[in-house]
Amino acid sequence: MLKRYFQNISWVDVFLRVFQIAALIVITIGIYNTVTTGRYTSAQWATLVFAGLAQGSVYALIALGYTLVYGILLMINFAHGEVYMAGAFTGVFLAQYLSNIGFLDSNPFLGVTALILLAGTVSTLIAVLLERIAYRPLRGAPRLVPLITAIGASFALQYTFRGLYGAEFRAYPAVKALSGLVNVFGFNVPLVQLVVLAAAVVFMVALYLFVERTKMGKAMRAVSEDKDVARLMGIDIDKVIVTTFAIGGALAGVAGVFNGLFRPQGVYFFMGFFPGLKAFTAAVLGGIGNLPGAMIGGLLLGVFESLFPNLILEGLGIPSANQLRDAFAFTMLVLILIFRPQGIFGERLAEKKA
Amino acid sequence: MALLEVNDLHTYYGKIHALKGISLTVEEGEIVTLIGANGAGKTTTLRTISGLIKPHQGNILLEGEDTLKYAAHDLVFKGIAMVPEGRGIFSKMSVLENLEMGAYSRTDKNGIQKDLEWVFELLPRLRERQKQVAGTLSGGEQQMLATARALMTKPRILLMDEPSMGLAPVLVEAIFDTIEKVNKEGTTILLVEQNATMALSIANRGYVLQTGQIVLTDTATNLQKNEMVQKAYLGIE
Repeated sequence: MLKRYFQNISWVDVFLRVFQIAALIVITIGIYNTVTTGRYTSAQWATLVFAGLAQGSVYALIALGYTLVYGILLMINFAHGEVYMAGAFTGVFLAQYLSNIGFLDSNPFLGVTALILLAGTVSTLIAVLLERIAYRPLRGAPRLVPLITAIGASFALQYTFRGLYGAEFRAYPAVKALSGLVNVFGFNVPLVQLVVLAAAVVFMVALYLFVERTKMGKAMRAVSEDKDVARLMGIDIDKVIVTTFAIGGALAGVAGVFNGLFRPQGVYFFMGFFPGLKAFTAAVLGGIGNLPGAMIGGLLLGVFESLFPNLILEGLGIPSANQLRDAFAFTMLVLILIFRPQGIFGERLAEKKA
Repeated sequence: MALLEVNDLHTYYGKIHALKGISLTVEEGEIVTLIGANGAGKTTTLRTISGLIKPHQGNILLEGEDTLKYAAHDLVFKGIAMVPEGRGIFSKMSVLENLEMGAYSRTDKNGIQKDLEWVFELLPRLRERQKQVAGTLSGGEQQMLATARALMTKPRILLMDEPSMGLAPVLVEAIFDTIEKVNKEGTTILLVEQNATMALSIANRGYVLQTGQIVLTDTATNLQKNEMVQKAYLGIE
């Protein structure tokens, strides 16, 4: 019995198990050290958590685009980061204009709504064009082919925007109405972070209701389960696929505006790359193809990368750990892919024999 | 004019010549069955008629109108519905949502509601389970759901691919009873079956398929008496 058990495990399993345990020990030691030395106050931790939630909302909105498309086409749209960039980039011009004429301060709600509408429209257009030009002709091709096209499309979009608007950073103007601090559970939190979080949650709930309740949403679920049978029901699957790209694009555009509102660094042509990869990480973390998974995965990733470098790495004596958040986020992607490739909510990958 | 007329159909799967000149007709109100061994081309014939596969050659006429110019999802609107092999229910959606998907191409709200009542009368088990996730139904219930869902498209002709597959004998009888009932209420049926005994017992006419060709056609009663059919498909020596 025991012999049979040992015969069945390979050295890869042993290595992974040892690696897993080692990682857990290192994380525990790090957290223990940081917490016992009391380097940060609880207010500082709260700041990190809320900043992480706002950043996480942006990841979640982008991640929904990855997960929607994956759910239907079993394809990862690696140009989705550029769809996000396109919306954010176009939004900045309107934002600067509205700020200059004072509209963004006199009518902040209408102003931000206009930004969202414009960025959402541009991103939707880009996403739909991407599907039509780059992916649809390749629908029957092996899965590696659209992946390569996606990378090509990604560069094409980046350098189109660079060619059109140059390589410099352009900052979203600060919106006065959103600039204050709010007291939450006794902690001072920037209002803009709360607004972004709340608005993102509204969009996510709206998407969830759309997919659950409307005819088109149900058709999307039907197509994701079985395309041929969906056609037998009279569902035009091309229309469903375009709608999926459009919704994913719109959410990415919205994310672009939100990002501009609370991150003063500004936008530039390469800005879609890292958030794109991180949103992909978030989608994988939640279980790719699963909508609530992408929402929660995005928020979690935002909080993790904001909190954990300080919490774990500083405890291990690594200096200026918060500079390492990107490294941390991508290490997390690797760890998820090794130890739980199906993510938090995923049962789909195995089921769909992807 | 026949409701469905198929002339000299040739279909390829890659390089495999799956259908080698199939011709058949189905008259309004009939039950016609295609019988044959595995790989004879029965499923391919249905998939070609429903528009999922485009044939290489030949034509398909629905009441004289060429169907090959339509995409599969438009054919549903024209009145061709199919219950696919292995049922193909949407297992993560509820029973009711599956039925709603059947009515996807329709806009007549009252008609949809009436037909929903009708399939619930026909298959009362589905009414009890309408809120349940379809993947949790038993095999027989899933077959009922797949049939009901196809009926919700309000078809002129219903193509059924192996409805008895994987079901216990009692359930097979129930399914065939349902098929007869549906037919009596006015739906024409083209039925593909491995269970030739059952299929011939309810059909008006039948076609026997062998390696992509029709080798025999007759009324169901005559086919039941045919020696070759008895030996090859009915298990009678």
